[in-house]
Amino acid sequence: MKKPTTFKAKLKIVEEFCKGCDYCIEFCPVDALKRSERPNLRGVCPPKLKDEGTCIACGLCERICPDLAICLER
Amino acid sequence: MVEKLTFTHPLSKYLRVDRLPHIWCEGCGNGIVLNCFIRALDELGANLDELVVVSGIGCIGRIAGYVNVDSFHTTHGRAIAIATGIKLANPRLKVVVISGDGDLFAIGGNHFIHAARRNVNLTVICVNNFNYGMTGGQLGPTTPLDSITTTSPYGNVESPFNLAHLAASSGAVYVARWTAFHIHELTKSIKASLKRRGFTFIEVISPCPELYGRYNKMGRGVDMMNWLKRVSEVRHGCDPAKAEVSSSKIVVGEFVSVDKPTYDQLIYQLMERVKGGSSVEGGG
Repeated sequence: MKKPTTFKAKLKIVEEFCKGCDYCIEFCPVDALKRSERPNLRGVCPPKLKDEGTCIACGLCERICPDLAICLER
Repeated sequence: MVEKLTFTHPLSKYLRVDRLPHIWCEGCGNGIVLNCFIRALDELGANLDELVVVSGIGCIGRIAGYVNVDSFHTTHGRAIAIATGIKLANPRLKVVVISGDGDLFAIGGNHFIHAARRNVNLTVICVNNFNYGMTGGQLGPTTPLDSITTTSPYGNVESPFNLAHLAASSGAVYVARWTAFHIHELTKSIKASLKRRGFTFIEVISPCPELYGRYNKMGRGVDMMNWLKRVSEVRHGCDPAKAEVSSSKIVVGEFVSVDKPTYDQLIYQLMERVKGGSSVEGGG
């Protein structure tokens, strides 16, 4: 199946703001995020994209993030 | 030596970025309310010079320090009293009260019911986390029956308030309840209540994984959010008396939407009428 290309936006993650609640990873509708391996200054591993093509730029992660650590650059 | 964190967010004009990251715990719903609130302001294109955010004491009271508008972090329970004063002194301002259940309904309960009765033109957002988070997770007026808190270690026997019912029966013109999971609906409700005239009330059920969730063995923030997702049931227009909040069911939605003359309208009309009727200027 061809992946949608019209919704593309760049996902920006402010790694030092992440407190590791995992809401973005849990509630992502296309399961596009996972924890990274490198911890930030707080000692939690911020999320990162599994691979570039999966994100549909729905904006759920940027709205549900309590720490304002994710934003989409449209 | 901690280096200064750089923060660039598309909505950073609504935030005091030098204050971030905020102090709220991992998984706390307060951050989601802040996020939804600034998104609602952005989508409305709100004039930040005519907006005032008033908060009381408690975890969510810190929100006044994070939004980049004129804001007051007031004394315990008096957020609505001070907001009423601001609104009457300058009716052009849009006044938003964002506070917690303990602040608005325990110590500030009287201010709440009387502001709703008078229909003061305020937007009140109450973040209900079922306990007093800032002071260590004590029993509050919204703690559900049989819950464990630091001051009810064998279970709570006190019936909790139904906040939506209290607001509706006191005279609020718009009453809605959402959970921290309902981000789009909450943003929409905040936008609707900012556009309305009159006393509007939004209750946000928020996860407190560090205290309420930990004592009641509800797991991490993610587990509490999944619980909110599982038990919440959207019922628009439901009678607030029947809109229950329990561990097995949380009724959410927009419950009340009516129109009534507001307190500031009436009081300024009265002032005009009294001034017009006599040549003597009133003092003050």
